[in-house]
Formats: sequence, structure tokens, C-alpha cells
Amino acid sequence: MSMWEYAPAPESREIARLKESYRPFIGGEFVDGGGEPLKSINPATEEVLTEVGTASSSDVDVAVKAARKAYDKTWRKMPGAERAKYLFRIARLIQERSRELAVLETLDNGKPIKESRDSDVPTAAAHFFYHAGWADKLDYAGYGPDPQPLGVAGQIIPWNFPLLMLAWKIAPALATGNTVVLKPAETTPLTALVFAEICQQADLPPGVVNILPGAGDIGSELVEHAGVDKIAFTGSTEVGKLIQRSVAGTSKRLTLELGGKAANIVFDDAPLDQAVEGIVNGIFYNQGHVCCAGSRLLAQESVVDELLEKLRYRVSTLRLGDPLDKNTDIGAVNSAEQLAKIRELAESGDAEGAQRWTSPCPVPERGFFFAPTVFSDVEQSMRIAREEIFGPVLSVLTFRTPDEAIAKANNTPYGLSAGIWTEKGSRILWAANQLRAGVVWANTFNRFDPTAPFGGYQESGFGREGGRTGLEAYLDV
Amino acid sequence: MSDNRISVAKTYKLYVDGKFPRSESGRTYPVTDSKGAFLANASHASRKDVRDAVVAARKAFGGWSGATAYNRGQVLYRVAEVLEGRREQFAAEVAASEGLPARKAQSVVDAAVDRWVWYAGWTDKIATVLGAANPVAGPYFSFTVPEPTGVVGVLAPQESSLLGLVSVVAPVLATGCTAVVVSSADRPLPAITLSEVLATSDVPAGVVNVLTGKASELGPWLASHGDVNALDPTGAGPLGRVEIAREAAGTVKRVLAVPEDEPDWTRRPDIARLRRYLEPKTVWHPQGV
Repeated sequence: MSMWEYAPAPESREIARLKESYRPFIGGEFVDGGGEPLKSINPATEEVLTEVGTASSSDVDVAVKAARKAYDKTWRKMPGAERAKYLFRIARLIQERSRELAVLETLDNGKPIKESRDSDVPTAAAHFFYHAGWADKLDYAGYGPDPQPLGVAGQIIPWNFPLLMLAWKIAPALATGNTVVLKPAETTPLTALVFAEICQQADLPPGVVNILPGAGDIGSELVEHAGVDKIAFTGSTEVGKLIQRSVAGTSKRLTLELGGKAANIVFDDAPLDQAVEGIVNGIFYNQGHVCCAGSRLLAQESVVDELLEKLRYRVSTLRLGDPLDKNTDIGAVNSAEQLAKIRELAESGDAEGAQRWTSPCPVPERGFFFAPTVFSDVEQSMRIAREEIFGPVLSVLTFRTPDEAIAKANNTPYGLSAGIWTEKGSRILWAANQLRAGVVWANTFNRFDPTAPFGGYQESGFGREGGRTGLEAYLDV
Repeated sequence: MSDNRISVAKTYKLYVDGKFPRSESGRTYPVTDSKGAFLANASHASRKDVRDAVVAARKAFGGWSGATAYNRGQVLYRVAEVLEGRREQFAAEVAASEGLPARKAQSVVDAAVDRWVWYAGWTDKIATVLGAANPVAGPYFSFTVPEPTGVVGVLAPQESSLLGLVSVVAPVLATGCTAVVVSSADRPLPAITLSEVLATSDVPAGVVNVLTGKASELGPWLASHGDVNALDPTGAGPLGRVEIAREAAGTVKRVLAVPEDEPDWTRRPDIARLRRYLEPKTVWHPQGV
């Protein structure tokens, strides 16, 4: 079968309405931050996109005070039905500006436009729409009558789904009556600052949402600030542990959504073509920068050869390159730093004796790209089987019996997600029950919805986002 | 019974993996009643005892969490039945430990039995209350079920030697978790007697392990142990809780938020403790023909 030639189909970067500079958003206004401005880079071209003002330590203080004032004077007193209307407005404004947000996200993050356009931005809008409806129905959420908010929430989010993670954090916090100070990731602050404009357009009361661009030190300031009642963090397990230690012994509430090393288990009766699609989606979606990525493929020995052959063929058809091109499957790695980390871990796979296969796809000369990679003959003791790579690198292990599959799948300090591929219903339910992970996808992978709670077991963190369960993170219950 | 009969005193030991061993350290400490009169020598548990207890609790977790909710409910109800049968003994021990008048001690024991019954009834209901069918926007069946988080380290209340103890241990078992409990240091005797009840109530070995000793010494070991998933720091006191919370961060343990001072254990509980020991798990499957 010959490959089809694709004509270039780039989305116009003009749609992003990129500005020459962006500034922190505090108390309803864009202000000059006291921190050193940072340059946000397009990871696909390494060009500077724009300059972003960052927060200083005193800006953190001002933002927390603005959030406190908004909480005391306006937001906590407002009837839930009125809060709801602001959230509905925000959901609609995200939908209206979705094309702009999608292109901006792709420029800043490097993810393919088809993902930001079809997944990140619409799901972000859906989160606001879903939580809007909760604001005046909290009595029915199962936490007793009239559950109370916590106060000011400090929220720190990662660079892999910048706008979507913002939505996961801000929507439930606001619906339950909290105000927020959010720090976007250092390398991906732009859509959060357009979101700040959306808050202005929605006429959201000043101080209810504050956005502070900055690096890890600003995150630490926020975590340690005495005026913050709740910390919500999504990011690495390493940083999550530091945050948990930092808030230990205080009255601050904490939820953590951390790393993972998910097993994607393929049993011998699985529909292999369908499983291959799920495996590809599981590890190559968003360049593998997904905390719940299916980074460990556990294949039953009797089908591993056939599966790998199909998998390699399918992976070789993935198109890597310009993230703005509508036909691109795999975009750019978000930063040079992350690319170096992926390379280092992949080299450890070579050194420890795993067999590396790399897609023959052409790789652009400029920009941060890493071709889809599959390691076979991986042993559980290898670093590529234990550590989160956060890149387009799949480790393939094998098993003989279902019990062995479960034992290997659970042999990790993480516990965020897992996948099961089999045609046998009873085996799906058995395996779903045995897997120690917060999300289990059976005959599918990487599905997200605001109504479905998401979060991890063990060192993948605690607390859930989404659904009725997710409201608990922002209520004093 | 003649008035001058010499009574047979009980040796109070630890409860680990369904057995009653002494501390491997060989250490003991004297336990007195509220007026300072000698009652018994209790085992003074060590770090090694903590580790043995965690191994036992982990080993028991698969069976206990995998048992049907109905079965767990019956086993826990059986504990209440056996507790009820030992009312007099518990009332005497609570009265001696806590310095309560007999009638008051009796009502504390009654409340403890009732508390156990309350939690026993939750085993096959909590998943209905906390679980969900998720109406996702796509052709998928998605549901969320709460599952037990694993091994829970419990630093039992220092003041309330039976009702407080039951109020913190029963919710752990009701969720399907297993427990390593450090009893009140100065009032450990009701905890050991409760262990005898557990040992004779069809609670599988290792599901509950009870150590007598100091929360300040054993708490940090539990908090830093890699095979403990959650902690109730009630008995650690305000200062001890800070250290324990810091140690717990190393393995991202769930640490129960507890009030500064011991609460009034006679107040009717809510399901917050059950919720804290449960992990919501969301399962997805496509729908299609």
C-alpha cells in the first residue's frame, strides 16, 4: 500500500491574535508584574512568540489579597444561581473564541492543532458549562445541606494541557464559591491570559480570578502564602511531594494530580487493530505529554509479535511536524529541557538492553521534535519501565497469565490510569477491579469528560477532578 | 468463689497477624489506672513491630478488600455481637483507664457497640452513596466506584480508650482497608481486649493489627513506611501531627484532617472518615453493536 501524499494544510497563526506582550491579571486588571519578564517560545520553530510579564513575590501577596477581598465581599455571598450565570458566560465565551484559543495553544505548546481544536478547547468549555450547573445545586452533591467553600484557592498547573488544566481547576473552584489565584506553567502562559480577558468580557467581579505567570518560585510563594486556604496542583510527583511537605501541619487543604506510568494491557483475545489504535492514542496523543499516558504496553506473549508488527506499521504512518498543520498527528515537544529528558531516558533504555524502534518519519531540523519510539524486550527493572518519560516513547513488556498482567501493571508506586483490551466482558470487569488506578479505560484510552471523576491512587496524588466527587476538593466537608 | 482467691492476671501483648506476640524489642511499660495504681505491664512496641504489622496488614488487604461487602458487613456485625457479650469486662477496663464512674463507663461501652453496628451497616451501602454513573458526552459507559485505599496507619485517640478507638478503627474496616493501630499509650488495655474480640469474630488475621506504645515514637515510622497508604494522626497530638504529615509527603499518603483536640466521640459521626479511605475509580467502556 502506498502512502498518500498530503498537501500542507496549515492553520493561520493570525487567528491567535498574538500580542507583543502579555501581563499578569490581578484584581480584574492586567498589571505590570514585578518579576523578570519571560519570553514564550514556539517549540515547533524555536522563535520567540511574545514577552510575558511575570509576578514577583509581592504580586503574589497582592493577588491573594484581591482574591480574599472578592471572596469576602462578593463571591461567597452571591447566590449560587448568580455564580452559575458567570460560569455559563465563561463557557460560552470560550466557545466563541475557541478558534483563537486553539491556535494560540498550539503556538505556545507545540501540540497539533487538531488536538487543541477538537479536544483541549471544547473540553475546557465543557468543564465550565458542567460546573456552572452545580453552583446552585450543591445541596444535592452528597455533602450535606449547604456545603461551604474553603476560601482562596492557590492553583498551579502544568504545560501539557494549559487551558484545559486551567478549566479543571477554576471551574469547580468558582462553582463552589471559592476565589482563585492561578499560576500557569512558565512555558505556556498565553491561553491563561486570554482566559483573563474572557473573565473581563464576562464581567466577572474583580479578584475572583487572578492569573500570575511565573516560574516555580512563584508557585512556592503561592503554596506558602498564609492567606491561601487551599492548594490544587497538577504536575510531577517530585514537586507534588515538596508541596505536600510544605503544607504539612497547616490548615490548608490540598489536592494533587501527579505523574503516572500507566499499563495498557492487551490480552490474547483483543481485537488487535482496535487495540493498536488505542495504544497509539494512549502514548502518542499530545506527544506523550500526558500524566495518564499508556506508557507501558503489557502484551500477552502469544500475540506480542503480531501486535508489534501492526503497531510499528501504524506508528510509521503518524505524521510528525508543523503543529499548525491540520494533518499533523504529532507536534513538538514543549521545551528543550523536556526534549533532553526524553532523550536521556530513551538512552537509558538502550543502555539497559531494551530494543529501540523509531518511526522512520522525517523530523524537522528546527524545533523540539522526538520521533515516535517503541522499546521492546523491556524488563520491569529498567528505568523506561519505572520512570515517567512524558514523551512519545512506549515500553513494551509481556505476560503469560492474567494474574501476571495485573501484578506487573500494579508494580509501580503510581496509580493514575490503566487500559484493558479484550473481547471478554467478565475479564474486563475482573481486571478493572484488580487494577490499582484511578481511571481504567477498557477497549478505549484517554477519554475525558467533566462528568467523570479523574485522579490517582498512591503516588499519582489524591483528590479527584470532575463529577460530583470532584466538588469535594473545594468544599469544607 | 472464695473471698481470698488469688485472681489470674492477664498478660497484655500486641496483636499482629492474628496472633498475640510480645514486642520483638522485649520492652514493656507499666500501665496504671487513673489514680496511679498498677494495672499491668503492656508491650512497648518498636519500629520492627510496626514493620511486621504493616506486612501483615498488606498481606490481609487482598482478601479483605476482595471480600463481598455483605460478607464484610456480617463480620463487622459479628464484632459488635462479641463486644456486647463482653460489656462488663470493657466497662471495668474503661472505668479503670479513664477514671469514669461505673454507669458512665457502661454507657461509653454501649456507645462503642452501637458505633460498631453503625459502621457495619455501611459496608454494602457506601459504594451506592459515593459511586456514580457518569453521563459522559459520547458513546461510552462510564461509572465511578469507591475502592479501599489500602493499608491505613491509625494513631488512636489518647483519651478515649474504647469509644474513640472504635470510632477510628471501624470506618477503616468498613471501607475494606486494613489497619495498623497504635493504641492510647497510657490507656492501652481496652485496645488489647478489643483485639481479643476481633480475633474471635471472624475478622481475618492481619486485617487489624494493634500495637501498644507511644504514638510519638511509632507514628513517624508509619508515616514514612512505603507500604502504608493513609494515616489517621488523631493520637499524635498537635505537634506530632506536623512531623507525621511531613513524613507522609514522601510517599504521597492520604492524611486525615483531624481537629486540634479530641472531639466528643459520643456525637453521631458522618461519612467523612469512610470517604477519606476510599479511592474513586472511574471505568470507561465504549458502547456499540
